[in-house]
Amino acid sequence: MTAQLRTRTLARDVESLREQFPVLHQEVHGRPLVYLDNAATTQKPQSVINAVSHFYSHDNANVHRGVHALSERATESMEAARDKLAALINAAAREEIIFTRGTTEAINLVAHGFATEFLGPGDEVLITALEHHANIVPWQEACKRSGAHLVVAEIDDHGDVVLDDFRAKLGKRTRIAAFSHVSNALGTINPVDEMARLARAAGAAVLIDGAQAIAHLPVDVQALDCDFYAFSGHKMYGPTGIGTLYGKREWLERLPVYQTGGDMIRTVSFDGSTYADLPHRFEAGTPNIAGAVGLGAAVDFLAQQGFDALIAHEAAILARANALADETPGMRIIGTAARKVGVLSFVLDNVHPHDIGTFLDFEGVAVRAGHHCAMPVMKHFGVPATARASFACYNTIEEVEVLFNAIDQVRRTFA
Amino acid sequence: MNPELRALYQEMILDHGKRPRHFGAPEHYTHKMDAYNPLCGDHLTLYATITDGEIKDLHFEGSGCAISVASASMMCEEAEGKQCDAADDLYHQFQDLVTGKAEAEGMSRLDVLAGVKAFPSRVKCATLAWHALDHVLTGKSEETVTTE
Repeated sequence: MTAQLRTRTLARDVESLREQFPVLHQEVHGRPLVYLDNAATTQKPQSVINAVSHFYSHDNANVHRGVHALSERATESMEAARDKLAALINAAAREEIIFTRGTTEAINLVAHGFATEFLGPGDEVLITALEHHANIVPWQEACKRSGAHLVVAEIDDHGDVVLDDFRAKLGKRTRIAAFSHVSNALGTINPVDEMARLARAAGAAVLIDGAQAIAHLPVDVQALDCDFYAFSGHKMYGPTGIGTLYGKREWLERLPVYQTGGDMIRTVSFDGSTYADLPHRFEAGTPNIAGAVGLGAAVDFLAQQGFDALIAHEAAILARANALADETPGMRIIGTAARKVGVLSFVLDNVHPHDIGTFLDFEGVAVRAGHHCAMPVMKHFGVPATARASFACYNTIEEVEVLFNAIDQVRRTFA
Repeated sequence: MNPELRALYQEMILDHGKRPRHFGAPEHYTHKMDAYNPLCGDHLTLYATITDGEIKDLHFEGSGCAISVASASMMCEEAEGKQCDAADDLYHQFQDLVTGKAEAEGMSRLDVLAGVKAFPSRVKCATLAWHALDHVLTGKSEETVTTE
């Protein structure tokens, strides 16, 4: 799909792009909203809102059952979204796209399956010190249940994974390597091609947490040759409560079922049940149909922008933010990897990130303050928390300047 | 500055946040209690010397936002020297003050923290040290207090 995407300068069109996002056009505490919490969740374009609204207004019915017209339309809409997602990440087959509630559920699905079937005492699961809690805790639980060990590859002081350490910690007993494509706390883009290659060479399966990458970088799961790739709809301009687990067919066919019940079965009797084919065997219960439809619209939105334009625009925003950060006394950027998406995690001398967050809010600027569900990352950098501004396609250079004007006020107040 | 924000970050709060009183671990104490807010990483340790039902000494150390540090600092100033039951009353009054259940009156300097009630996400900052004090006063002294 990426080959079809147009290249153009998004910056020139950012005002018309902003028109598509109704939530951006409001004041907060009497100031124009400057939404810089996109790594937490992105805002939704009108096309996504309309898709969800249209579904409930015209097509709402349960899927994969019933012969009536609405049920058929609902099924078609949801399955069309699956096709769009398969195209977005270049999956080899639509059956390899499993709808989940989000990245967290996707990783839990895989971790649960590994704990049940593929991990045993003495086996190892390799993650990195850069991970979001969602790619730590499921593996801790899987290890607890199976007797496997959790092994953690270190990061350096720029916030890059130490590749030599990652390589060294891949062993004969490493059954799976699970790592993020992009760090949520710092914005680091990991060398996932290389990491996946190393893991495969060591005989380990590969899961990539793509939550922070999917809206910002083109993803080609066949080129990556990863076994699993997980992401959330709400971080890619889509609805909350819907996400995707991509899994190679050969893995999905071996992985034990996760949740069980309706929709995922073929036959049920009290002597036992047989399970549906992919992808439905991993989609127990009535799914988030409207969410899936909205996510399909979000894929369309991304395709319309084109990743070349998105990357260029977000890089320009980050470059301006970095330049202004350099001029700001007492400001320390946490996470200075050479390859980053538009994330600026920072601390200020003598000001706690929560105080920064509250002050910025009163300037209309929404940032995240806290540990970003990555407490081991905070520990590595010796800070309890950071403030984090994270950028998306609709942010502007002017908004970055509003952010830094507000930061100057914070500094003066606490000086 | 916005008046609501000004009400939250009053001069006295900024002052106590920057230069907390009763700060640092004393050599001797009878009670020690950790207080931790995992959401923001604020981590305070409260040290109390209680004899004959009276708080003879109250100190704290740790790190946190301006609100949590100022609140801890002012709590130590106000509660030190009080009988335990009076300090416990103060704890409940303070809870009511920052959650908007009671008006700011008669709590002396602690009134300046009443602005917190307009910031639901910051109430936990203001009450962190107070939860530690409550645990000391009610004898739940073996655990770490968390606000989660």
